[in-house]
Amino acid sequence: MSGATTLFDKLWQAHVVRSLGENLDLLHVDRHLIHDLSGARALTELQERGLAVRNPELCMAMPDHSVSSQPGRTLASSPFGERLGGGLRKMAEAAGIPFFGLEHPNQGIVHVVGPETGFTLPGSLLVCGDSHTSTHGALGALAWGIGSSEVVHVLATQTVRQRRPQSMRITINGELGEGVEAKDVILHIIGQLGVAAGTGHAVEYAGTTIAALGIEARMTICNLSIEFGARMGMIAPDQTTFEYLQGRPLAPKGAAWDRAVEYWRGLRSDDGAVFDREVTFAAAEIAPQVTWGTSPGQTLAVTGSIPTPDSFVEAEQRNNTEVALEYMGLSGGQSIAGTRIDRVFIGSCTNSRLSDLRRAARVAQGRNVASHVTAWVVPGSVQVKQAAEAEGLDEIFLAAGFEWREPGCAQCVATNGETVAPGERCVSTSNRNFVGRQGPKARTHLAGPAMAAAAAIAGEITDVRSFPPLGEAQ
Amino acid sequence: MEKLQLLQGVAAPLPRANIDTDIITPAKRLLDANRETMHEHTFEPLRFLADGSENPDFILNKPGYRDAVILITGRNFGCGSSRETAVWGLLGLGIRCVIAESFGDIFFNNCFQNSVLPIRLPAETIAELLAEAGDDQGNMQFQVDVASRTLTTPSGRSITFDLTADRQTALLEGLDEVGQTLKEDAATTAFQAQDRTARPWIYDLGTVD
Ligand code: SF4
Repeated sequence: MSGATTLFDKLWQAHVVRSLGENLDLLHVDRHLIHDLSGARALTELQERGLAVRNPELCMAMPDHSVSSQPGRTLASSPFGERLGGGLRKMAEAAGIPFFGLEHPNQGIVHVVGPETGFTLPGSLLVCGDSHTSTHGALGALAWGIGSSEVVHVLATQTVRQRRPQSMRITINGELGEGVEAKDVILHIIGQLGVAAGTGHAVEYAGTTIAALGIEARMTICNLSIEFGARMGMIAPDQTTFEYLQGRPLAPKGAAWDRAVEYWRGLRSDDGAVFDREVTFAAAEIAPQVTWGTSPGQTLAVTGSIPTPDSFVEAEQRNNTEVALEYMGLSGGQSIAGTRIDRVFIGSCTNSRLSDLRRAARVAQGRNVASHVTAWVVPGSVQVKQAAEAEGLDEIFLAAGFEWREPGCAQCVATNGETVAPGERCVSTSNRNFVGRQGPKARTHLAGPAMAAAAAIAGEITDVRSFPPLGEAQ
Repeated sequence: MEKLQLLQGVAAPLPRANIDTDIITPAKRLLDANRETMHEHTFEPLRFLADGSENPDFILNKPGYRDAVILITGRNFGCGSSRETAVWGLLGLGIRCVIAESFGDIFFNNCFQNSVLPIRLPAETIAELLAEAGDDQGNMQFQVDVASRTLTTPSGRSITFDLTADRQTALLEGLDEVGQTLKEDAATTAFQAQDRTARPWIYDLGTVD
């Protein structure tokens, strides 16, 4: 390897246990997150094969996908909560894996809890049987989602077999406009590049726009990497990262902290490092986004008009547009703003952290949810929920007519039964607007938390920039 | 894992791009997921009509294509969620090989964990294969030979595809990755011993309580 190396190269190289040839390496897994949807099954399979969990102390397990978000919930409040969440508890405890059940002050969505406990660290290799594991790259971790056979492999061997992907750098420079947030940045990028542009690539996000973002906003960006095909997204750790991590329960302390920070400071792409692909965006060009179709790439500025099938040259795209418009119950040419909605979901591993809830609360304060809209706020973890309540965000939401619910994936994927009804239109801060994602025939519009709050109040898709703060919320 | 050496049979054309794993396995079916029954719901939004009856227009419901062993489809097949149930479902339907211009990364990997062969071919070749597969109510026989990495079409055309040697061996011999890696356990132990001095904070986690 030549002198100048990328962040990705450094992270990868530090974890090679053995090279298996043909670009394939056996890599050490530093951190393994386990959730209810596949956890119990994987642990059972391991047991059936007569194998033990090799390093339970490097794992962390919690129920998030299947649990109800209803206030006062128990595992029994959702159809599969007891089987999946209860099953995971039994298996995890037997294996000696730290487990955060519903009663635990650290329960939440795996991708929220990992960073906020300090389980996720810069320079660590982290995997989870969930595609949005790319989220953790925001702290400078090498993180990606694996399939359920691979989960069994990691449990048994504490390693993962992985082919080295190509490298890609997305640089975003400049200051974001008023009302524009991280979600808009990444939706804009996906819209411009297309949903397969990152396939086979590990993506590093860089530039002055990224450097100015807080860690939670960076997580939103890395979270959606998978939506343009990239399995890993990452951002070099910097002072913002270290400040975020210092004092978190599982982060190193004292002398170990100092040593770790010194090591972490070296985790950046060297000047002159060469990427297989480079793309650049200007922050000033990005407007608040909302998706109109059934793929995250089908996005537009909230001021824009829905495309007509004819506006595409390629037959395939014309066809895709037609199918998406039909599913979404929209017609090409009409402006997206003003589309009447039925539901709002503020939550998911993309946008359920304290800063997300603060931005939504700033819009909600002193206003009321439209009478025909059901609007939910689902904090990403018990820690987020408690912090939000400590600053009164719950009261702002409740006063405005939002429901304030319990942590979990909830309506992002609705495997807990909390579906959006057929034909209903939902503005959601989650990451997937696929056909049927929020329930059969549910119509999903992805947007950031402030845009979602504004839509709840207007009762239709609307430009958040016409909702100046009325109150004192931060 | 089952071996995959020589595959012979009908190929079903499904010319549509970006078929995500939510289409292959709808989320609501994940909770009940098991390898044996997953295929009952595979492609549910395309395969069945609103009343639960079969959609006669869906290729795998058409006479001649019901026993297809190969699927030829549009680019970016299997994008989206990491759910391995998507592969189980295909397997349950009898599909052992998927041919597309490109695949979702995780899906691509998951295929090899389940003895399903994903083949990437250029767009022009896919277009030709789709035409051949759609020609004759599905009576056309395709053949995939893993040992020689060749696909033979009904017209006798022979196409070579990429497959790394380790994956080829695993398919041919039905090798399981967990078993293979467990043999390397000494290397992992050595790695951890050394790494513990370089990055002690990785191994000495505190507790949250
Ligand atoms: S919040 Fe949604 S995307 Fe995130 S882990 Fe849960 S189900 Fe997956």
